[in-house]
Amino acid sequence: MAKAAAKKTAAVTPSAERRPALAGQELSATGVKLAVLPPAERISLRAPEASVAALSKALGVTLPRKPKTSVAKAGRTALWLGPDEWLVLDQAAKDPLADCAKVTALHSAVGISNRNVAIAVTGPAAAATINAGCPQDLSLDAFPVGAASRTILGKVEIVLLRTAADAFRVECWRSFSDYVFTFLSEAARDAAA
Amino acid sequence: MIEAFRIPGAGRLKQAKTARFSFDGQAYAGVEGDTLASALLANGVHLVGRSFKYHRPRGFLSAGAEEPNALVQIERDAARKTPNVRATVQELYDGLTAQSQNRWPSLSFDVGAVNDIASPLFSAGFYYKTFMWPKSAWKNLYEPKIRAAAGLGVAPDQPDPDHYSARFAHCDVLVLGGGAAGIAAALAAAETGVRVMLADEQADFGGSLRFESGARIEGQDGFAWAQAAVAKLRAMDNVRVLSRTTAFGYYAQNFVGLVERIGDHLQKPGRDLPRERLWQVRAKRVVLATGAIERHMVFADNDRPGVMLASAARTYLNHYGVAVGKNVGVYTANDSAYAAAIDLKKAGVNVAAIVDLRDNPTGPVINEARALGMEVNFGRAVIRAGGKLRVSSMTVQPKNGGGERTIPVDAILMSAGWTPSVHLFSQSRGKVAFNDETKRFVPGTYAQDCISVGACNGTDGLMATIDEAYAAGTKAAKDVGAKAAKSTKPKIDASESWSRGMLGAAPGAGPGTTVKAFVDFQNDVTAKDIRQAVHEGMHSIEHVKRFTTNGMATDQGKTSNMHGLAIAAETLGKPIPQVGLTTFRAPYTPVTFGSIVGHARGELFDPTRKTAIQPWAEAHGAVFEDVGQWKRAWYFPKPGEDMHAAVDRECVTVRTTAGLFDASTLGKIEVVGPDAAKFMELLYTNPWEKLEPGRCRYGIMLREDGFIYDDGVVGRLAPDRFHVTTTTGGAPRVMNHMEDYFQTEFPHLNVWLTSITEQWAVIAVQGPKSREIIAPLVEGIDMSDEALPHMSVREGKICGVPTRLFRMSFTGERGFEVNVPADYGQAVWEALWAEGQKHGAGAYGTEAMHVLRAEKGYIIVGQDTDGTVTPNDAGLDWAVGKKKADFVGIRGMARPDLVAKGRKQLVGLKTKDPKVVLEEGAQIVGDPKQAIPMKMIGHVTSSYWSQNCGRSIALALVAGGRDRMGETLYVPMPDKVIEVEVTGMVFFDEKGERLNG
Repeated sequence: MAKAAAKKTAAVTPSAERRPALAGQELSATGVKLAVLPPAERISLRAPEASVAALSKALGVTLPRKPKTSVAKAGRTALWLGPDEWLVLDQAAKDPLADCAKVTALHSAVGISNRNVAIAVTGPAAAATINAGCPQDLSLDAFPVGAASRTILGKVEIVLLRTAADAFRVECWRSFSDYVFTFLSEAARDAAA
Repeated sequence: MIEAFRIPGAGRLKQAKTARFSFDGQAYAGVEGDTLASALLANGVHLVGRSFKYHRPRGFLSAGAEEPNALVQIERDAARKTPNVRATVQELYDGLTAQSQNRWPSLSFDVGAVNDIASPLFSAGFYYKTFMWPKSAWKNLYEPKIRAAAGLGVAPDQPDPDHYSARFAHCDVLVLGGGAAGIAAALAAAETGVRVMLADEQADFGGSLRFESGARIEGQDGFAWAQAAVAKLRAMDNVRVLSRTTAFGYYAQNFVGLVERIGDHLQKPGRDLPRERLWQVRAKRVVLATGAIERHMVFADNDRPGVMLASAARTYLNHYGVAVGKNVGVYTANDSAYAAAIDLKKAGVNVAAIVDLRDNPTGPVINEARALGMEVNFGRAVIRAGGKLRVSSMTVQPKNGGGERTIPVDAILMSAGWTPSVHLFSQSRGKVAFNDETKRFVPGTYAQDCISVGACNGTDGLMATIDEAYAAGTKAAKDVGAKAAKSTKPKIDASESWSRGMLGAAPGAGPGTTVKAFVDFQNDVTAKDIRQAVHEGMHSIEHVKRFTTNGMATDQGKTSNMHGLAIAAETLGKPIPQVGLTTFRAPYTPVTFGSIVGHARGELFDPTRKTAIQPWAEAHGAVFEDVGQWKRAWYFPKPGEDMHAAVDRECVTVRTTAGLFDASTLGKIEVVGPDAAKFMELLYTNPWEKLEPGRCRYGIMLREDGFIYDDGVVGRLAPDRFHVTTTTGGAPRVMNHMEDYFQTEFPHLNVWLTSITEQWAVIAVQGPKSREIIAPLVEGIDMSDEALPHMSVREGKICGVPTRLFRMSFTGERGFEVNVPADYGQAVWEALWAEGQKHGAGAYGTEAMHVLRAEKGYIIVGQDTDGTVTPNDAGLDWAVGKKKADFVGIRGMARPDLVAKGRKQLVGLKTKDPKVVLEEGAQIVGDPKQAIPMKMIGHVTSSYWSQNCGRSIALALVAGGRDRMGETLYVPMPDKVIEVEVTGMVFFDEKGERLNG
């Protein structure tokens, strides 16, 4: 499984420059900061219940089974997105696709490192900023630290992860990142009020 | 100008600063804390508008949101003009500029008032009767005139420079209305620690405590208590208090829309502040504390400026310190107007007479009025108000007839009783019930988790209201899981209480009379109009409403609905509950478009999707076209080139050397799992099981009905892994279509779908030199025709970056599509561009792509197909697996209509004059000389000038098209008829040799 996609040719330093969308963009408003995060490794992982243990072992992080939760370990975070679906993020430049390639249990792992852009929303007004376009209840009771959800922001789909009481990671598709950053910037102006 | 009607020592604005303002160009001064209405009244101004239909002079009816008359235009600057602002809720700020509406040339002399004299022509339902004939007059006369007359005020003609924000919020208990009841409920809930939101439409909380001078709570004046209680609520972490915030809509599952007005009351709203903020709140429990609205008395000329609700006069006095006149009359059918008379009298205003329709009412307020020396008349009616631009008298008569007496007054305070505000309850789908004793509709059956408290629930008296509201707040908190808190229910020391009153037309305006006794002020509906509607056959209240427009103005009939209903019921001879109440709809008060739009304007109107390569295209002068949400490079004009010249050059370049094309927007789906091939077999018409890994196939997807849904090239990367491409526009729906079938029809398959559209940037390199351009940059892939034949895919590296390299062609030339991770898209493009420059290659856009594919007869789903085209119709039978037992659409394809002869088939068309380019969408006929309407046998789907062919080319859907090869058909156009010949669909390189050329 997944061998074709994960197959590595001899390591060659790319001669092509990586140009992530919105690289380095930031915004600071009263009570909230926005920052486009550096690239991360990402896979979309699909698997039945029976494969979860083997995949968790291979990934080094226990895949969460409870809706709207995530599990993080050593720079790698697994976000529950559905009964058989996880978004696995790696911020330590370790390729989770390669880890899954070793697993023989039934699953689908697809590399989407370049599909998403992540924006950090931090500060006391972070939740209010996101609530300008996201209908979820972002109180700490309903959406505690570590909570994760595929949801919407304005007119686009996002994956939302709460990384601290006043910090969120907003993941969106690359071509929507401009919209998401602009939306959050507009919302940030208003959120401190 | 001196505020002649501001009473020293009265009201609550004592320490306030002066605010200068102008109305119709006249300068005035008011004080901060005033509304525009109270400030004008302080200056003795009652005449503020002209009515909609009859252009009658109008003043202030109310002191709140229910105002139907005092609608003005507020202008901050050329772009900020707001029509129909209720002067009774517009807070005054220094420099405010207001204009009256619906008058010409001036408010006191309005030519349109001729409508008042001609009113028999404008009777109820006149819209439906008058403009029926002659038919031709509708377009040229009636419609333009009606449109010009429709609506009040002038809309701004510039873009709105303000911005609007939005916020979603959740809470345990949402309290709507911040009078005594709402505050008590919010306190009770908040003390338990649950999340509470409290909203009120006014700047200050307190509701009717603003005018109820008789209320004392916790040892202080009721209004002062309200301020202290709200300050306490504001200080609590679990409470959000929103003033100037109207709950305008109550939707399913306790979802409530509120609009918070942030800038309209400020002299200079901060640039960063939104003008308004839309709150969309999901509440576990809702407490409705929306109060009650006083009704007017329905008598002749009850709309004269100076005739107003008793509670309004009391509000202007007790809150704003303004007397609405110096010599006022009172006309009432309940007790509450007495309280107004008493307050005014105590403030030094002469009360000429109290006229009470009731025969022998008793009570403390009546005794007090008498004790203060006021003349009180029972069993009498005011049958007419005198004066025109301002009321000058009231004519009194015993209610059963008799001698008339005219009393000079400069204001009339009236009260027919109080109508519970059940608007939000009704919007929540709750059913109201009629209380026959008190003659009012109150909340009956609840449909959602909400509860009504206080006056909106028909609860009379402050004591009972606070008890009920506090209990409701406590219960709401308990219902959502709160533990009991120490109870600190506010203690009531003194209160006012009233109920009852009357509904419908008062004596003098009853059956058989034709006086103008207004029921609905804003839409100029009189008691006579309601009766006339019933006489003309409107027996349902919904019909009466629409025929007369009663209650259909922006005030939504807050003061008029109950009177209108009572008159209709009386005329029908039925009890009120049998006639029924009309449905209340959102919004409760008008809501700006801005607040609904919120952030979704300008850049945020809709996402603009750009590919990783877009910046390069922009820098190289591309002209873009919108394809769905994507910006795609349309063509790349060189200096001096128009679109045609650029496209011609791009098309020729591709066929002579090579072209680079950004195909990143194509939808891409990775289909993974041991049953991936089985799934593909079911979703596409083609066979997939035997496709070797490393090979590609053009696939067609149908809907269940057998019509083409999408198409694209699919590469098999591994036995269990397919890289599927879809059309750009189809990407999301194709993904949904596949996921839908997987989850509902084929859940037994072990397969998963992942969108990879945005993971990969795609660079098409097409043309005879394409391999030479790519090869130097590629590692790990044998680029020879033997190792990488047409329709194959390999994984390797390009410029050191992982690639999925497809050998495929949408141009008919040797071609490749280079997939690289999106972040590297632009750099790899630049490297390919540099290589291409060595060979004279160029970039091409979507227009050249369209022409090139049309030269080869390759279809575009959605352009050459329209949802009614089968694979056979499109000449794609070869792509349908004949041996396949099943796939989505296989049965649909066998339907008799879909296999019948004479179906429209896709063919090529060549114009007899090669220079003439057909119009896409043009109809095709067999005989141009036949009578109109001609029999149309098809239409042009694609049409271009082809520089490579040296002539125009076109594709068309033509009935029985493939049997018409060589036939001459005709395309009638407005100025000429174009002759065309039916041909095959391939116009260039018919043998397909160039794929390996």
